[in-house]
Amino acid sequence: MSTTSHVSAVLAQGGDIPAPHIEYGQLAPLLLVLGVAVVGVLVEAFVGRNARYYVQVPLAFLGLAGGFAWTAALAWRDNPHHVAAEGALGVDGPTLFIQGTILLLALVSLLLIAERGGGRGVGGHFAAQASALPGSEAEQRTAEAGITQTEVFPLMMFAVGGMMMFPAANDLLTMFVALEVLSLPLYLLCGLARRRRLLSQEAAVKYFLLGAFSSAFFLYGVALLYGYAGSVRLSDISAQIGKDAGSETLLLAGVALLTVGLLFKLGGVPFHMWKPDVYQGAPTPITALMASCTVVSAFGAILRVYFVAFETLRWDWRPAMWGVAILTMVAGSIIAITQTDIKRMLAYSSIAHAGFLLMGVIASSPNGLSSTLFYLLAYGFTSVGAFAVVTMVRDAGGEAGHLSRWAGLGKRSPVVAGVFAFFLLAFAGIPLTSGFTGKFAVFKAAVEEGATPLVIVAVISSAVAAFFYVRVIVVMFFSEPDAEGPVVVAGPATAVAVALGVTATVVLGVIPQPVLDLAGQATTHMFVR
Amino acid sequence: MSDFPWLSVLIGLPLVGALLLIAVPRERETLVKQFALGVSLVVAALTGVMAAGFDAGGARFQFTEKYWWIKEFGVHWALGVDGVALTLILLSVILVPLVILASWNEADRSGGSDVPAKRSAKTYFALLLSLEAAMIGVFAATDVFLFYVFFEAMLIPVYFIIGSYGGAQRSYAAVKFLLYSLFGGLLMLVAVIWLYPLSARSVDAGGLGHGTFMFDELSKMSIDGATAKWLFLGFFVAFAIKAPMFPVHTWLPDAAQQSPPGALVLIVGVLDKVGTYGMLRFCLELFPGAAKWATPAVLAFAVVSIIYGAILAIGQVDMKRLIAYTSISHFGFIVLGIFAMTSQAQSGAALYMVNHGFSTGALFLIVGFLIVRRRSARVSDFGGVQKVAPVLAGTFLVAGLSGLSLPGLSTFVSEFLVVVGTFSRYEWAAAASIIAIVLAAVYILWMYQRTMGGPPVPAVEGMKDLSAREKWVIAPIIAIIVAMGFFPQPVLHVINPSVGHTLARVDQHDPAPSITGNVAENGARP
Repeated sequence: MSTTSHVSAVLAQGGDIPAPHIEYGQLAPLLLVLGVAVVGVLVEAFVGRNARYYVQVPLAFLGLAGGFAWTAALAWRDNPHHVAAEGALGVDGPTLFIQGTILLLALVSLLLIAERGGGRGVGGHFAAQASALPGSEAEQRTAEAGITQTEVFPLMMFAVGGMMMFPAANDLLTMFVALEVLSLPLYLLCGLARRRRLLSQEAAVKYFLLGAFSSAFFLYGVALLYGYAGSVRLSDISAQIGKDAGSETLLLAGVALLTVGLLFKLGGVPFHMWKPDVYQGAPTPITALMASCTVVSAFGAILRVYFVAFETLRWDWRPAMWGVAILTMVAGSIIAITQTDIKRMLAYSSIAHAGFLLMGVIASSPNGLSSTLFYLLAYGFTSVGAFAVVTMVRDAGGEAGHLSRWAGLGKRSPVVAGVFAFFLLAFAGIPLTSGFTGKFAVFKAAVEEGATPLVIVAVISSAVAAFFYVRVIVVMFFSEPDAEGPVVVAGPATAVAVALGVTATVVLGVIPQPVLDLAGQATTHMFVR
Repeated sequence: MSDFPWLSVLIGLPLVGALLLIAVPRERETLVKQFALGVSLVVAALTGVMAAGFDAGGARFQFTEKYWWIKEFGVHWALGVDGVALTLILLSVILVPLVILASWNEADRSGGSDVPAKRSAKTYFALLLSLEAAMIGVFAATDVFLFYVFFEAMLIPVYFIIGSYGGAQRSYAAVKFLLYSLFGGLLMLVAVIWLYPLSARSVDAGGLGHGTFMFDELSKMSIDGATAKWLFLGFFVAFAIKAPMFPVHTWLPDAAQQSPPGALVLIVGVLDKVGTYGMLRFCLELFPGAAKWATPAVLAFAVVSIIYGAILAIGQVDMKRLIAYTSISHFGFIVLGIFAMTSQAQSGAALYMVNHGFSTGALFLIVGFLIVRRRSARVSDFGGVQKVAPVLAGTFLVAGLSGLSLPGLSTFVSEFLVVVGTFSRYEWAAAASIIAIVLAAVYILWMYQRTMGGPPVPAVEGMKDLSAREKWVIAPIIAIIVAMGFFPQPVLHVINPSVGHTLARVDQHDPAPSITGNVAENGARP
């Protein structure tokens, strides 16, 4: 009874509910990207089938580019350091850097996703109609009709919007919403491969099931932390930890569960099982998007949570994080050795890199933060470039995924093989590539914070990792080409993406100072609380 | 002229040359070769002009340059040479044009017998030139980070040279080479990174008050015991792999057997010197205390390398492998000289690096000529070459005798200095190393006898003697070997001040000759 009267009382005073104050200018990049996604859905509904592609691609491109320009302008004008949207989202240096990185990498991935040219038969990497069963008549009919998929563009924009929100979220509930916004379109996108559709759908289901599990973990962690602190806001949790009050069991269990959810997204061992399957099965442009943007976003979120909410709890989570980092580096590097599929190998390589990146989280210093940001940018570009090359090497059944098919590629198309070798050397961390600069920055931050044993493990796993990168180079350059080998099909957009990847990898390796400065400036005030 | 950025130009020139080579059409093969040779000759000439301006009595590092590279990390593009670095750069720039000339037809016939026929000459020469740039850079770097960058960058061209232009087992050898080197390099990377926070400590805590990678500043820093030992090991293992020392030498024989002889001259002659050069420069001067702590163990490994390499060399059937094992023995001598920490031994070691480069280089080049003629490097495939190709056999003998340190040829001086210098402090090490001198005579002379002596076997009949091009390749090296055997003084004059710096840093003084010491003691007694 009393509740009802209370509610009616509130309703009676309806006019007095304060409207939430939204800083539209500060949130414009995010709103723009999500807005474009919504418009994209409308385009799907109202624009004729043949014209959709030509509307969707420029729209998505403008949305991402506009978002990036706005983000850059925000960072340029004043180094913002405040919360927006009633404290739900943080607008600060690191976040803007991460969002800018995501938008840039999404732009490059968009080039791959939009690629239509150069294919055998009807171009594109995506199934003509996702609902048509693989091998069915319906599938054949849609293929014959020359139907091509354009839903990927709004889906991708939603995912990117979620990715931008994930590291910006200043309370755990917003973060959870962002996690779902970024994940759900990705689950779908994973199942849309044009060729080897069963593998692709299997990947989507695996990703969805495991992703749903990890979301549940995350949410459970949020609930426990709410029980501990009485709030889901990161700064309130931090303040509560500072007071040293409340149940420590709730706190630690909450931190652990939350961390599981976060580690799942970035593929930390032992929550990495989905990565090889999903990376292999998903359409390669989507793999590129996940390997770059999703990893950046997930690291942004974990950095914010650990730097803002749990900073004072450092002594409790550090040992566990050491363990995860070591496991991730070692397992990623060692298992990668046995892989025979290029995409699976790159997936394990991505796991190993996640381990290196976790060292920046463990360092929990301004240097650790800025070096992680730099590493993410460098790794993202190299990753997209590498997957772009993977899309170019094709045989009759689509991409030539098996390593043995790449034999002698260096003789057949020296430029493409050379570029891929360069990306692999960058992954291996050879000097004068961005991979080396990034690793050096992270290692240095870790050594400064006294994590030298961790650096030694990292260095040894780098040596192990070098083995499988080098093995691919051996296959490409030092073995004789197969007469029936794959052909290299270079569509214009893919070529641009590869060129951008190479440029970024060289520039960040040879003259990294400007970007390091930028990352340094972005992190001077750390995350907003 | 002193402001002219000599070293940057020397590094940049071959690199630009390599890039331009890639732009040359594949069909214009002669142009490719002439261009590569031209670039390397210009680099050699420029280095000669620069070296003429080196003042042995002047500042330690000369032709210095220093610009910020990555300010965030405290990294400079800092170059400069002391005597040791200068002689090693000279060695590199003299060898590169000779190697290019010797490899004139390398791309189409090389390595073992079952090698695919035609390979891109353009890529081969571009790789050689980029290797030259990295070699000059690694010796000229006075910033530890920059040194590391060149140290690793050097691996890539070599990896592709062995892997693409080597013999039947080339990819195995290339991967083994790369992984060994990378592993060592990464251990060094940890040590390099560690130096920065150490230098950033306050002056009272033993640091410099600001983080830096500059060698001259770091070498003024005192690092406490345990840390210094770890750092020393990080650097030393990398250099021991590079040098290579027993027991991390196993990549060299494989790499040697598989790689094309021309590139092998640079791998063994120059690249491996980076290991010993690094020990002399970085291990000793950055961590003097730890270096002294490690000396007994290092000497023991050096002696084992000396004898083990020599013994294994005797048993080899492949000439390239054989010479690789002799090099392991010689590198043992160099390490022995460095860690004996007497001025004679260290000057000898520094001189040995140069001499070994020339004498081993000559041996590999001649083996390369033999391979071109016979398509094999197996000792048993030859016999009696002396009769059909006397000039070839003669140069082989001179190079071989230099390899076994015959008095009058260059390596004798350096080996003698090393052994004498070592004896004054570590009699046992010097005495044990003498065994290898006997073994050297066995492996060189036996190889010569089996391949060149006796009646010509059917397979070598009609073998052509050295062509004019090949004579142009080998004559300068033989001339240098003989000249340095009689007049090592100019080189020692340049080397000695640098070695003096190193010894002053490790705070070691030559022990007084023991006999006079005894006499003085006896004299003091009533």
